[in-house]
Amino acid sequence: MDVWQQLAEGFAMALTPTNLLYAALGVLLGTAVGVLPGLGTSLTVALLLPLTYALDPTSAFIMFAGIYYGGAYGGSTTSILLNTPGESSTIVTAIEGNLMAKSGRAAQALATAAIGSFIAGTIGSLLLVVLASPIASLAIQMGAPEYLSVMVLAFVAVTAVLGASRVRGFAALGIGLMIGMVGLDPQSGQQRLTFGVPQLIDGLDIVLVAVAMFAITEALWVASRLRTAPEEAIPVGRPWLSGRDLSRSWRPWLRGTVFGFPFGAIPAGGAEIPTFLSYVTERKLSKHPEEFGTTGAIEGVAGPEAANNSSAAGSVTSMLTLGLPTSATTAVMLAAFTSYGIAPGPQLLQSESELVWTLIASLFIGNALLLLLNLPLAPAWAKLLRIPRPYLYAGIVFFAVLGAFSVNTQAIDIALLAVIGVLGFVLRKFGFPILPVMMGVILGPEAELQLRRALQISDGDVTTLVSSPMTIGVYLVIAVVIAWPLLRWLVGRVRRATGDRPDVQGDRRS
Amino acid sequence: MRRLPRSVVLAVAGCLAVSACGVTAQGRQETGVRNLTMVVGNSPGGGYDTMARQIADVLGKDDIAAGTRVVNEPGAGGTVALQQLVNDGGSRAKVMTTGVAVVGAVVTNNAPVSLADTTPIARVLEEPMIIAVAADSPYRTLDDLVEAWRADPRGITAAGGAIGGPDYQQVMLLAKAIGIDPTTVNFVTYDGGGELLPAILGGKVAFTASGYAEWADQIASGSIRVLAVSGEQRLSELDAPTLREQGVDLTYTNWRGFVAPPGISEDKRARLVELFDQLHRSPEWQRVLERNGQQDAFSAGPEFEEFLDRQQGLVKSILADAGLR
Repeated sequence: MDVWQQLAEGFAMALTPTNLLYAALGVLLGTAVGVLPGLGTSLTVALLLPLTYALDPTSAFIMFAGIYYGGAYGGSTTSILLNTPGESSTIVTAIEGNLMAKSGRAAQALATAAIGSFIAGTIGSLLLVVLASPIASLAIQMGAPEYLSVMVLAFVAVTAVLGASRVRGFAALGIGLMIGMVGLDPQSGQQRLTFGVPQLIDGLDIVLVAVAMFAITEALWVASRLRTAPEEAIPVGRPWLSGRDLSRSWRPWLRGTVFGFPFGAIPAGGAEIPTFLSYVTERKLSKHPEEFGTTGAIEGVAGPEAANNSSAAGSVTSMLTLGLPTSATTAVMLAAFTSYGIAPGPQLLQSESELVWTLIASLFIGNALLLLLNLPLAPAWAKLLRIPRPYLYAGIVFFAVLGAFSVNTQAIDIALLAVIGVLGFVLRKFGFPILPVMMGVILGPEAELQLRRALQISDGDVTTLVSSPMTIGVYLVIAVVIAWPLLRWLVGRVRRATGDRPDVQGDRRS
Repeated sequence: MRRLPRSVVLAVAGCLAVSACGVTAQGRQETGVRNLTMVVGNSPGGGYDTMARQIADVLGKDDIAAGTRVVNEPGAGGTVALQQLVNDGGSRAKVMTTGVAVVGAVVTNNAPVSLADTTPIARVLEEPMIIAVAADSPYRTLDDLVEAWRADPRGITAAGGAIGGPDYQQVMLLAKAIGIDPTTVNFVTYDGGGELLPAILGGKVAFTASGYAEWADQIASGSIRVLAVSGEQRLSELDAPTLREQGVDLTYTNWRGFVAPPGISEDKRARLVELFDQLHRSPEWQRVLERNGQQDAFSAGPEFEEFLDRQQGLVKSILADAGLR
């Protein structure tokens, strides 16, 4: 096939020692940037643009793609080990990943994240090869009503698995929505909850809230129990994935990939929504629901980690096929294309086919390099947890503060970090879940924006929200999610009545 | 989340272009300004940031001023940095980037300080603005759009960047010029080109007002049609008539420049103005502007001071007309 032949030529180009070196440099840099909270991959690429001018375009893009993919890997490492998400796409990973780390399964969590990212990144890159043009037209068809319906789906799905207390879950969601509300109302320019502080006009940075809610809260929690609870050492456990881990991981990897790719490819999609959706799906489908929220379930790491990497692949697809920057990082990469005199857009695959195929090939190579880099490192990283807790958490707080400060270099961000950290501690003390808070912070403002944009474009006509096949389809899925317990009960009854032995649950287990 | 300034793509591209050309020093006299700090009230990679970095580069290459440093103090569209500039004692050589978006943000955010509290230094460049639609839009000409818009002001959606910014001002001024009540204008904000472009191409919004350079690629490839350019003259690279030619009495351009802390000495001010005057006379700088699709618009002294004053009044009246203040 022509496509595969071109891809093979791309590999031939990308596998030169020089390009391999740039790929390696890119993934190393990306991993480092991902590990440090606050330092985003988009900023890194932006700052590197002038430095790489001396490079030929191929080498430069190979390096940028390496940084982009590497960032997604690195962010998960700190999420799992230190409960400190380095990137907003790895917030969900922290939930089960850190619990796994505390029960001595850090190496397994890191390994499933690394392999899941590799598989998702590779499949995503393959999808890029075959699906480029249908994805391009999907991106143009998606409007505000369609985005809103998908966000409502995420809200409903996460709320449906809130855990023990629904009241606490909803209260946590409300707190998250309130935090997300801070800042300028995008449609009217009015300030909300800024208390006259100009630094709050842009709203609270998601990474800052996440770092406060996870890392600072965790440090306070540990500190509050140091005197009373004996310092139980975190068990180190086995270094590698067992066959059982693998068999529990491969389905979440594939499902996560399916979630992530389309979201990455559409302009307002991003990596956050698919990680949420993947998490709740795995929680619903898992055969070990008791591990979620207690000892940490490997499915809850494998799915979201695959989702965020395949979302990155989706973003690159949009960039290459449409010239659409669907993430901050790809926006900066597009700037680099323009500066080389290459017009991104539908003609790119024809006019610069060699560059594009080399870049695509380098995505596969970058993924492989990341796996080689991260898999052997997993047991080594896991040993980090042997550091005595007072020192370990001092280090975590140090990096959290550094990260919060580096986002905007404003001292007020450190104060916000402390305030939100204390809030998180109080929430945890009284048994409120953190996931709905984070979802409110991330998706609340986006959902509001899309709802108001949709209504503004339709001039107040609410039927615009269900005016396309896609929105109707998504709302039907939402209806099924809400009615699921009832449906399952009904199906079970009918089956029992007709004498069918295997019920719905049984089907899935077989 | 993805709050990336729409101009980032172009901007960073220009940044690269600058570093591209090694240029011989012009052997000009130094202005005596050393270690100048350029404060950018926006994130790295945006339009203001790129302008500052390109200028710092030219100042160094042409020996106009040595050791120029660019510092980002992002927040509220430049309002945060402006507040810090106004509170600055002015002991060190310092200027801050400003322009339509900063004036707009300061007024829109109801900031306690304004550009009147600063020492105006110079305007350095202008960017042409365009009124554009998708290639398959039913509006073939500006007249088509104006007619439809007059018939149904709420039904025609305009799209662009932040409230109070250049795109917004352009749309409101156009509405007023053709006799549409600005309070009825349906202006939809989009954070970045990433969401705006598909909204236009997919026909979700009727038209956009925007900087020309941001859509130069799409215009060249024919996916976006320009109905009008808003400046005094047509653009050489674009076959589109001005608003005036089509019977709309309006000219509007986006501009960028610099202000310094309040209360600096006359001598200091004169030297900073001289610095930007030398920049304006640098062939290297002119090349940078051309590459960015921008135009030289040097203006300083009382002339710039009055201009800045009128600009603030303009933004206030636009927001008042739209019923926001």
